[in-house]
Amino acid sequence: MKSFQRLLAATAGLALLAIAHPAEAETLRLLTWGDYAPEAVIKKFKAETGIDVEVTISNNEDMISKLRATGGAGFDLAQPSQDRITGPQTEFGIYKPMDLSKIKAELFIPELLEAAKKNTAVDGKVYGVAHLWGTSGMVVDRAKAPDIKTFADLCKPEYKGKVSMRLKRTALLGMAFAAGDDPFAAYSDKAKYQAIIEKAGQKLADCKPNVKAYWTGSDQLLGMIRSGEIVASEAWDSTGFKLNGENASINFVAPSTGALGWIDTFALPAKGKNDEAAYKWINFVMKPEIAAQIVESSGSFSASKGSDALVSEKLRKSFQEAFPASVIANIKWFPAIPAGLEEMEGKILDRVSAK
Amino acid sequence: MSAPASIPVDPRRDGRRLALLLVATPFVLWILLIVVIPHVDLLLISLHEKVAPRVFKTGIRNYVEFFGEPVYVQALVRTVAMSLLATALTLVIAFPVAYYIAKLARGRARTALFMACLLPFWVSELVRVFGWMMILRETGLLSNLLIWAGITAGPVEFLYNDVVVMIGLVYTSLLFMVVPLISALDSLDDSLIEAGYDLGGNAVSILREVVVPHAMPGIVAGSIVVFMLTLGNYLTPTLLGGKSSQWFTAQIYTQFITRFNWEVGSAFGFVLLATSSLIVWIGLRLTGQSLSSTLGR
Amino acid sequence: MSIDLEVRTVSKRFGRFTAVHDVSLQVPKGSFFSILGPSGCGKTTLMRMIAGFEQPSAGDILINGASVLATPPNRRPVNMVFQHLALFPMMTVAGNVGYGLRRRGLPREDIARKVDAVLARVGLATAGPKRIDQLSGGQKQRVAIARCMVLEPTVLLLDEPLGALDLKLREHMKVELKQLQHQFGTTFVYITHDQSEALVMSDQVAVMNGGRFEQVGTPQDLYYRPSSAFVAGFVGDSQRWMATVTAADAGRLRVRTDSGLTIAATAAEGASIAVGARVEIFVRPEAIVLEPGGSPARSAEDGVNQFDGSVDSLLFNGAASRTLVTVAAAAAPGQRDTLAVALPAGLPTGGLAPGEAVRLRFPADRAIAFAAPSGAAPSGAAPSSAASETAS
Repeated sequence: MKSFQRLLAATAGLALLAIAHPAEAETLRLLTWGDYAPEAVIKKFKAETGIDVEVTISNNEDMISKLRATGGAGFDLAQPSQDRITGPQTEFGIYKPMDLSKIKAELFIPELLEAAKKNTAVDGKVYGVAHLWGTSGMVVDRAKAPDIKTFADLCKPEYKGKVSMRLKRTALLGMAFAAGDDPFAAYSDKAKYQAIIEKAGQKLADCKPNVKAYWTGSDQLLGMIRSGEIVASEAWDSTGFKLNGENASINFVAPSTGALGWIDTFALPAKGKNDEAAYKWINFVMKPEIAAQIVESSGSFSASKGSDALVSEKLRKSFQEAFPASVIANIKWFPAIPAGLEEMEGKILDRVSAK
Repeated sequence: MSAPASIPVDPRRDGRRLALLLVATPFVLWILLIVVIPHVDLLLISLHEKVAPRVFKTGIRNYVEFFGEPVYVQALVRTVAMSLLATALTLVIAFPVAYYIAKLARGRARTALFMACLLPFWVSELVRVFGWMMILRETGLLSNLLIWAGITAGPVEFLYNDVVVMIGLVYTSLLFMVVPLISALDSLDDSLIEAGYDLGGNAVSILREVVVPHAMPGIVAGSIVVFMLTLGNYLTPTLLGGKSSQWFTAQIYTQFITRFNWEVGSAFGFVLLATSSLIVWIGLRLTGQSLSSTLGR
Repeated sequence: MSIDLEVRTVSKRFGRFTAVHDVSLQVPKGSFFSILGPSGCGKTTLMRMIAGFEQPSAGDILINGASVLATPPNRRPVNMVFQHLALFPMMTVAGNVGYGLRRRGLPREDIARKVDAVLARVGLATAGPKRIDQLSGGQKQRVAIARCMVLEPTVLLLDEPLGALDLKLREHMKVELKQLQHQFGTTFVYITHDQSEALVMSDQVAVMNGGRFEQVGTPQDLYYRPSSAFVAGFVGDSQRWMATVTAADAGRLRVRTDSGLTIAATAAEGASIAVGARVEIFVRPEAIVLEPGGSPARSAEDGVNQFDGSVDSLLFNGAASRTLVTVAAAAAPGQRDTLAVALPAGLPTGGLAPGEAVRLRFPADRAIAFAAPSGAAPSGAAPSSAASETAS
């Protein structure tokens, strides 16, 4: 049986070799959003540091799932939204604290850096630094639906079968704000929060006939708007800017109750193997000229100081149209979600989808 | 792994046993690593009750969660009912196709027809479903064709309803029904059909009393495969059904991926496994077949 | 005597191939009619036309005096026992036998009664609830016949139903089939490539070759008065020579075989054969009388052939035993010929030993001569019992 054990060991060894990364080239395994790591930036980074970047495109929930599955292994750097860090960190322990001394703070807009630090702290340790920010609101074809100003307007009877949204917590919260509630203020009071989102869930359910299909990926949303199948949708501002570049009558519209502001961060997975490369990447992409390139590709705002001056005229025009000073002042920033809230929301969303 | 020391071991026999072990190892590893261990793991997770962050106790609350929430039970019932209907429709459509290929077509026509059934499977399910979406969407091929032909005044949305989900499911399943039916009908001696006519039977009675009973193992095998595939399908109902698809696998996906609630997701998975096993068992019972007489052929 | 089945100048063409060529036959009520021919002769096609599975290209088929060409197979008063019986394996014996009655919409009790009755008549009274795969070959045979007979058809068609049975059972079933036919009194039309089945069971036999009927007659007619070389060769065993006619006188011939024997023969009925013609000579083994050698030589009577030879070997087969005898051709030294001779019953084989001198005698009227097809090898290949015929 000795020979069998040897064989088994050899087989296992071979399998591990096949899975393991080649040791010669240093790699950074990046778990991020689409357009956050453009090919040109990756090439420049490689030229400067010799590090390869392996990108896995994801979203907030998927990042948490992937990291939960491995206990925080498999990636060296992730980019969750700042409000989605403390909850999962408390429940699953999937991140490790940031060493802020390795971050070049002078590259960041101080307010954003501070906000993210505050929002991603668990037990006094900071788990995220700000990268890109943007808002959720609506994309509206203003030629076909000039009167959509708030989330509730998507449910007007004349737009039956003509609107879309993503059946996620953003839609629920948007509907709550439109109804005059302040769900963020109720984060700490579960009973009150439950009442608010139940009411909002009912509104979403009533609104269902207006929804052509709930979008799940931005390509699907772009397809429906470009073809004219829908006239308005709950969406990210970046989607609106992209469409505005193609058709001037379409743009992002912040709800009059306030756009919902998010900040995507950099966070270190608990079992990441190459923290040094991660810090190098952070400091590299926050340089104004690189940051501007990422803003250009993602359509989101950067926390990098001075990058806004370097973006193209076209994108700047879309920004300015959608975000006059009053709108920026009215942005409702997502506070960190306490553990347990998402389960309550999930159930209500399930009921909406079953309606 | 080693023989007890007291029994003298014939080295040649030991060698043969080693050979057998080596041959069986991939299969055993496959069953163990891919089937048994994950399922045991899922079962254990499904019995975890979350008490507080990172604190769990053993219990059946996740199952109670399923039965206590009508939304989930409805989703399962709806999924099972739609899958049964899809299986029945697939059988009704596949049977004449299989009969034609097995009994009437000859030579090249036979190969060509079979290839026509196979062809859609050369692309992935995702591409197939997107194909349907391009045809059926409001600004799609069919809608524009109807407008062009003057049949409808404005664009028509064909997507996002149960009918289109059913079409998609049947289309996706057809091959898996046609293949076992062809093999079952191929083995039917033509003279049995002629004998049926000779003794005064007509097409209906021969179909009912001779052809269908003969093809029963193929019918049941195809139905089991199609039912399981349909029940476990995710892409087709989700993409074609849109906002109301309500497929149970989508619920499981949601629990696992967007809620990262593995505990409830695992419980849902086991509920689905139990339900599908029960329905297959009932189906075998009703048709008087056994697993070995159908899938084991 | 009324005619149950009549086939009038029926032809069947598949594309350019003519499977059945201008065939006519009449089958009287209650008779056993066989169609005998080698594989591919068109007999199965003919039967399928009678059953209704094929449509004739020309001609007419009448049952009880009325044309059935427009009647589909499930309405024709004929039923068929298929080559491999085609019993329904998914039904019990009773289910099989009752199938046709159920199709006629008979009440359940009547069906049960009739099924029991017919099963009793074929000797399977208790087999009703059995599954088909629990039956022996002979029992299956009887179920297949019962399944048809319960419908009381005007004509029962049988397509080589004994082909799949082993020899012993086949011999037994020949007798049993004949008895069943007597018992039911139904008209049977039986197709086979086995001449012994046809001879044993039939009242009338049609010998078919290349899509045509060669001869229609009683088994005795075919055996003793074959009308063509094909029939003579196909029906029964024969000693056969190719020969040239040296003298001819009103059907009485003198021929010289290619092997050098001089034989007195008789021209087949209706054949006009002149001196110098090439002929085929057929002599049945039992027509040859074997005498011990050295017995006083009889004077060469006119019309009796007589040869001296020696025993080559003995082929013992009970009542069908044969002796192979080598004959030296007197006129052509060096040439030899081997003849198969039926061993007379009662003559112990122990009395003969290889090498023993014997004398063979057969009358000229048992040596029948047919004009040989020009430039052809002997026609009518010996019947092959192994080949089974599929739809030709």
